[in-house]
Amino acid sequence: MVADMKTGTNILTVSEVNRYIRDLISRDVILSGLWVRGEISNFKNHYSGHFYFTLKDEKTLLKCVMFRSNASLLAFMPEDGMKVIIRGYISVFERDGQYQLYAEEMQPDGIGALYVAFEKLKKKLEAEGLFDASKKKKLPYLPRAIGVVTSSTGAVIRDIINVLSRRFYNVDLKLYPVQVQGEEAAGQIAAAVRRLNELGNVDVIIVARGGGSLEDLWPFNEEIVARSIYESRIPVISAVGHETDYTIADFVADVRAPTPSAAAEIVMPERAVVENKLDSLKLRLRNAIMKKTEMERLLLRKIEGSVAFRQPLNRIYQERMLLDVQKKYMQKALSALNTSYRNRLSLLAATLDSLSPLKSLARGYSITKSLEDGHLVKSVHAVKVGDRLEIRLTDGKLGCTVDSIEEDANG
Amino acid sequence: MDSTELTFEQAIAELEEIVKKLEKGELTLDESISCFRRGVELTKYCSKKLDEAERSITMLIEGENGVVEKELPELDQGR
Repeated sequence: MVADMKTGTNILTVSEVNRYIRDLISRDVILSGLWVRGEISNFKNHYSGHFYFTLKDEKTLLKCVMFRSNASLLAFMPEDGMKVIIRGYISVFERDGQYQLYAEEMQPDGIGALYVAFEKLKKKLEAEGLFDASKKKKLPYLPRAIGVVTSSTGAVIRDIINVLSRRFYNVDLKLYPVQVQGEEAAGQIAAAVRRLNELGNVDVIIVARGGGSLEDLWPFNEEIVARSIYESRIPVISAVGHETDYTIADFVADVRAPTPSAAAEIVMPERAVVENKLDSLKLRLRNAIMKKTEMERLLLRKIEGSVAFRQPLNRIYQERMLLDVQKKYMQKALSALNTSYRNRLSLLAATLDSLSPLKSLARGYSITKSLEDGHLVKSVHAVKVGDRLEIRLTDGKLGCTVDSIEEDANG
Repeated sequence: MDSTELTFEQAIAELEEIVKKLEKGELTLDESISCFRRGVELTKYCSKKLDEAERSITMLIEGENGVVEKELPELDQGR
């Protein structure tokens, strides 16, 4: 500080003033930690990651900054016109001599707060695995009975009944009436889903509500509803609001239908389609068995048509022919053998003939046989005088008696 | 084989399976015929299921002795 000669008072630099004010403000209990409500304008998302904006109400403005470390934690992106509640502190930016709100936390105000609650619950349940695709149950193809959790009055149940009746007239629908908006709604919806599980008299549950504001649809964003759907053994279809509305119930449900009518279309196939499918299966079944039997028949025909079946005696005839040939050969061979034996025989006969004693007899020789003992007499010693002999000549026999016996000298 | 415990969906699924098996043509004739018989049984069962369902539109009302089913007036018949 420099003392002014003329007045004797202290003269401060700009920096000193600004620093002084900053110190003053930072010592203030209120300004060092406060909540401010206002509407965002002049919002700038700087490339550094810091947010610069102005918070305003009907009459005045407040300059604000939110540094990257805090800004990066926000569950939503602020924008101009958004009503928010900010927690932070007031301090002075010395360079510009400007006090401003240093925002540390920001929440949307009003509807925005619901949105934040939605995001928070969504994140929590997602982390718990309530939205896991692996946990989604398959819807029955043709439910025997459909449970509907919605209001008993209004267009929703009517639309669902209409669509279901059109698709499959013989529908079994059980409405579990609940309030679908207001304080009681979430508890009733959750209880209804649980009750239907206890009763076990439906194959699938539709949780439905018509279109409405975010607040109207709010019960379907309540944790209690989400948990009842997650815990349901029976598959659940959510059909809340319009196509563009997403609720927590939609994320937990096994199937999300964009509208209640769409839920009715999803849950029930058209009877005609089912019948067609069944008919086509019947036809395929018959064709397949016909094709199979036809194939087997053809195979059988082929076998029947084979030579063995066509001329079963062929083989026998063939064998017989062979046999005949063999027989012929055999006969030929036999007769040849016969002839050869016959020739040999006649040769032998001729030889035999030439050796025959009869021939000798014819030439004058005779055969003498003893009548005493029947032996041929070949020596004079074999007989004695007085023996009876038989002499065979070529043309007869002589009966003789031995008169004398004379032995040859050299005999 | 008993079909009474099957849901329509299971019956259709089994029927589809059988038709596919038959269409492949790899079964013996005997197997094919028993498959075919089962298929016919299943188609009859499915047709029966389609027809036996009765239209019923009710509202469940919690009473003292548990839930009561009350017929829901046909809201849309006049439209």
